[in-house]
Amino acid sequence: MRYLPLSDADRGEMLRVIGVSSVDELFHDVPEDARFKGPIHRLPMHASEMAVERHMAALSRKNMVAGDVPFFLGCGAYRHHIPASVDHIIQRGEFLTSYTPYQPEIAQGTLQMMFEFQTQVARLFGCEVANASMYDGSTAMWEAILMAHRITRRNKTIISSGVHPHYVKVAETLAKFSEDALATAIPQLDAEPDTERLIGKIGPETSAVVVQYPDILGRITDLTPIAEAAHAAGALLIAVVTEPVALGLIKSPGEMGADIVVGEGQSIGVGLQFGGPYVGLFACREKHVRQMPGRLAGETVDAEGKRGFVLTLSTREQHIRREKATSNICTSSVLCALAFTVHLTLLGEKGLRQLAQLNHARACEVADRVSAIPGVSIVNQSFFNEFTLKLPVEARPAVHALVERGVLGGVSLGRLYPGADALQKGLVVAVTETVTDEDILAFETALKEVVR
Amino acid sequence: MTVNPSGWRPSAPANEQGETQTVTGNRALMLEEPLIFEIGTTEQTGVDFGEMPRCEGRLAGLERNREIGLPGLSEPETVRHYTRLSRQNYAIDLGLFPLGSCTMKHNPRLNEKVARMPGFADVHPLQPQETVQGALQVINQLAFWLLDLTGMWGVAMSPKAGAHGELCGLLCIRAALEARGDKREVVLVPESAHGTNPATAAFAGYRVENIPANSAGRVDLDALKARLGSDVAAVMITNPNTCGLFEPDMKAISDAVHAAGAFVYCDGANFNAIVGRVRPGDLGIDAMHINLHKTFSTPHGGGGPGSGPVVLSEALAPYGPLPFVAKMPDGEYKLVEEENAGEMHPNAFGRMVAFHGQMGMFTRALAYILSHGADGLKQVAEDAVLNANYILRSLSDVLDAPFAKAGPCMHEAIFSDRGFGDDVNTLDLAKALIDEGFHPMTMYFPLVVHGAMLVEPTETESKASLDQFIAALRSIAERARAGDPSLKAAPIYAPRRRLDETLAARKPVLVYREPEPAQAAE
Repeated sequence: MRYLPLSDADRGEMLRVIGVSSVDELFHDVPEDARFKGPIHRLPMHASEMAVERHMAALSRKNMVAGDVPFFLGCGAYRHHIPASVDHIIQRGEFLTSYTPYQPEIAQGTLQMMFEFQTQVARLFGCEVANASMYDGSTAMWEAILMAHRITRRNKTIISSGVHPHYVKVAETLAKFSEDALATAIPQLDAEPDTERLIGKIGPETSAVVVQYPDILGRITDLTPIAEAAHAAGALLIAVVTEPVALGLIKSPGEMGADIVVGEGQSIGVGLQFGGPYVGLFACREKHVRQMPGRLAGETVDAEGKRGFVLTLSTREQHIRREKATSNICTSSVLCALAFTVHLTLLGEKGLRQLAQLNHARACEVADRVSAIPGVSIVNQSFFNEFTLKLPVEARPAVHALVERGVLGGVSLGRLYPGADALQKGLVVAVTETVTDEDILAFETALKEVVR
Repeated sequence: MTVNPSGWRPSAPANEQGETQTVTGNRALMLEEPLIFEIGTTEQTGVDFGEMPRCEGRLAGLERNREIGLPGLSEPETVRHYTRLSRQNYAIDLGLFPLGSCTMKHNPRLNEKVARMPGFADVHPLQPQETVQGALQVINQLAFWLLDLTGMWGVAMSPKAGAHGELCGLLCIRAALEARGDKREVVLVPESAHGTNPATAAFAGYRVENIPANSAGRVDLDALKARLGSDVAAVMITNPNTCGLFEPDMKAISDAVHAAGAFVYCDGANFNAIVGRVRPGDLGIDAMHINLHKTFSTPHGGGGPGSGPVVLSEALAPYGPLPFVAKMPDGEYKLVEEENAGEMHPNAFGRMVAFHGQMGMFTRALAYILSHGADGLKQVAEDAVLNANYILRSLSDVLDAPFAKAGPCMHEAIFSDRGFGDDVNTLDLAKALIDEGFHPMTMYFPLVVHGAMLVEPTETESKASLDQFIAALRSIAERARAGDPSLKAAPIYAPRRRLDETLAARKPVLVYREPEPAQAAE
């Protein structure tokens, strides 16, 4: 077998050194009735690389590839062009096949990259510090709610109706088992999120207010009044960013007073991959760093005085603190963080600004074109690269009808909010730099037919 | 502070070997590399965009008016920066990486190729289901085979890593207990458990109590039985355990736990030792996570992404989370989400993540399972155990192996620091291994063995590789026994000498800050 270097002669010689006559003797602690006499009946025998590749390629071909069709899906995962050098770097064996950097003398590559990533995320989010990544945006948001709970010693959290419904579901699931009370709501098809109403819910027992920016419908709202109201009540503002490219063009949540900013980093450097692996971003104020979950790389010096990096503040973590840790997280998403940091280094501030501008302008063009279709209107007053349309028909069947015309034309709100009658005509459309003029024309034409 | 503000120029005198310093601080192939913040500028970019159309007035008046401070580099500079950084890392591709409990095996490159096939890499998680039937089939097929290999009833595919899988398993247990109106507050965890076990139990709202190990390094069955009662929700066991030993009483433990109305959670981190030879379902286990990044060869990537599907017993399967993939009678694959859970999976405890789990890891793990097949996976476990025992027996005359007299180990060999000279410790030995070109073993874990050294070679090491490692470790162990003070200086040949972790924790510097003007002008 190609992944196993031992020959039968090696095995025989090693058994002799060990002093047993067969490998079965090495399993002597396994009681007879626990031994599986197998074969594992449904699993085939070993296969050549060519055969496996063929099998997997056949499965791959059963999917409609985003890059092959006019594509307009977003809602927490975005299709951007990823420079070829990003994938090259993350396939370097020294990054790909290394472990969590527990031995810093021989892991400076990963540790320095983590330090650079932390700095980039902190600056992008307008925060003082950031960690070296979480699993994804949804789990990062839940960890932020728990962190706010630890800081404020309060357990009531208000989640804005503009937060991604899957993120809310994750929080609701975990809140059942912790002592957290969540106030949630589903969005309305209004031009602006109802900030007044959100602020009105903040009270003396509120631990945190959670707001997505831009929100699930693509709307952009000023976080400053929410931050002020939260702070006045002794609560924290948690901002959630699912499309960080937007921050090339609009103010960061930290700048507007958010205390903890979390997000999904997929849209920079990481492909769609049917939902994972992605990379959770997590940033906060320096004074709260000891309540933060996740790995942190920090700067120090070696025995010769040379600058180097180590994992630090580990006394927050499970491998030291066990049941008193700030989180149970161990493995995070470092390779995806590497992809994020390489892509962001290639972009730089100038490139990120240009990329964001390109996305926004493209989205404006599509918004104007499709909202001119009779019966179709745009919900948003503001948006970055994603906006919500109100169709004259239900959006869910419309999405399937668009697929029949070879177009992946957005995410229906019916898919995200199945029971909410008032949202069934809503279609969330994302437009990135990858969308061509031909794609726009195809989408426009197909949508005209579908809503007719 | 003694931190070198410029990062890459040598700031210290020549080391004790009396080496001369180079102008650059580089030493041939050992290349120093500054931070991107020290070499990039906000005006440089490595990406070309075409014409820049504009659009005004739709950003709610929140246009950014401050600089972010993100340095850019051209493509050649970027590639060089990260390539230079990569060369400061040790990796499985470079040599033996015997980190116990971490299963650092070879990562087949076919897996990487498969994960990048466009039908897997370039599909959106919210695409209509008729457009992602192949992706759903991958999840279903992998789920099916994980069940086959474990002899379990159901599997939750969405957890993102091992600890996330632990959480998923405990939440299933909690949901099952609540469904029968049973409020229990305690989770029992052996002293030797991974730190994630107690942390997860606390995260899931339980109080954690330790159960002791016996002198043979196993769970003390009598102590466990004595503690079981109506307040215990679950026992979390690692099998094979973190001393590299199989728990021979596992079935008896499960029976006792079940008789007390509680559930058995198994940490599947060490599944590599038994894959194809022992099915956890036959041992009475109710829930076990499988680290695809350990047993099933998906890359660790410097600390993730992982993937932690959880297999479940008949009693827990009804409570598994959403979403999951079902194969319908007509052959269609269907995603069961909140919307259709009512008819298909009404007792789900909720949702662990947005979307459907680590698809990129599923494709890799499936390619690995297909490559090995039923016969190859059994050989994996056998060779992993053989390699570990070869190390154990080859070194037990120079290193104290606390459990070796009782018999063979499973996939990892454990040693203690007993017999080391005064002032020499496990850390010194580990750092000396670095100079010999190896990654050290897991140190000081599990906590039940003094100065523990946990060595897991995995099945993807050749005999020649093991022999070289044994020779190096033998020589270092002899120095440790003799109390050789020069071990304190190790490593000498790594890109960095020992790093000051106390300084890092006392004055945390977690992000780069531009030096003060006075320093910048130096």
